Amino acid sequence: MLETSKANGQNIVGSVRLVHENGMHARPAVKLTKLAKRFKAHISVRASNSVDWINAKSVAKVMALRAARDSILEIKATGEDAEAAVKALMDLVAADFPDGGP
Amino acid sequence: MTDTVGIVIVSHSKDIAKGTADMVRQMVGSEVTVAFCGGDPDGGLGTNVSLIIDAINRAWSPKGVAVLVDLGGAETNSEMAVEMLQPERRGLVAVCNAPIVEGAVMAATEAAGGSSLEQVKAVAEELSAD
Repeated sequence: MLETSKANGQNIVGSVRLVHENGMHARPAVKLTKLAKRFKAHISVRASNSVDWINAKSVAKVMALRAARDSILEIKATGEDAEAAVKALMDLVAADFPDGGP
Repeated sequence: MTDTVGIVIVSHSKDIAKGTADMVRQMVGSEVTVAFCGGDPDGGLGTNVSLIIDAINRAWSPKGVAVLVDLGGAETNSEMAVEMLQPERRGLVAVCNAPIVEGAVMAATEAAGGSSLEQVKAVAEELSAD
């Protein structure tokens, strides 16, 4: 489930299903955070059943998401490379956090 | 790779220190240098100032080194080890007030992105902030 939409001129928002069998546990959280840090954009994530957006570059907060398998993860970014950031993070989650990324 | 903050793990137990270092390497990757020490020179539980100094020097990076410790003596001996470093290195080592395993993984994740020592320490200490 890949979909990118422009909420307004600056916000890039995407949503992707978490297919990892254990949900968002420690290793996926580290991978997501490391990838998010490669972008200049301000990036937030939330589990779709949650109200609060959290900083995707904070590994402690991403681990604390406790998003379960098959939940939908929403990713939002603002800034010059926001579109690339959302796409890269959605790809990472959709591909189930493969080892040996860039 | 010397453009990321190095991580040192100091536990009373060599097994815990090594296991924590293994977790960091496997979860975060190889772009961050991780060194560890634990136990006294006789193979018992404890921490040792000269072993800590060696570990800091092994993990050395121009961006500095973050030290994660477990209980009491690990912290005081780590602070003593920092005082005994070459003067130009002392200001580039931070002993973090954080749980050893979680703090090491968080600190290394932050370090992998090229963050400064202050940022790495702050992220590790986020866990004990509230």
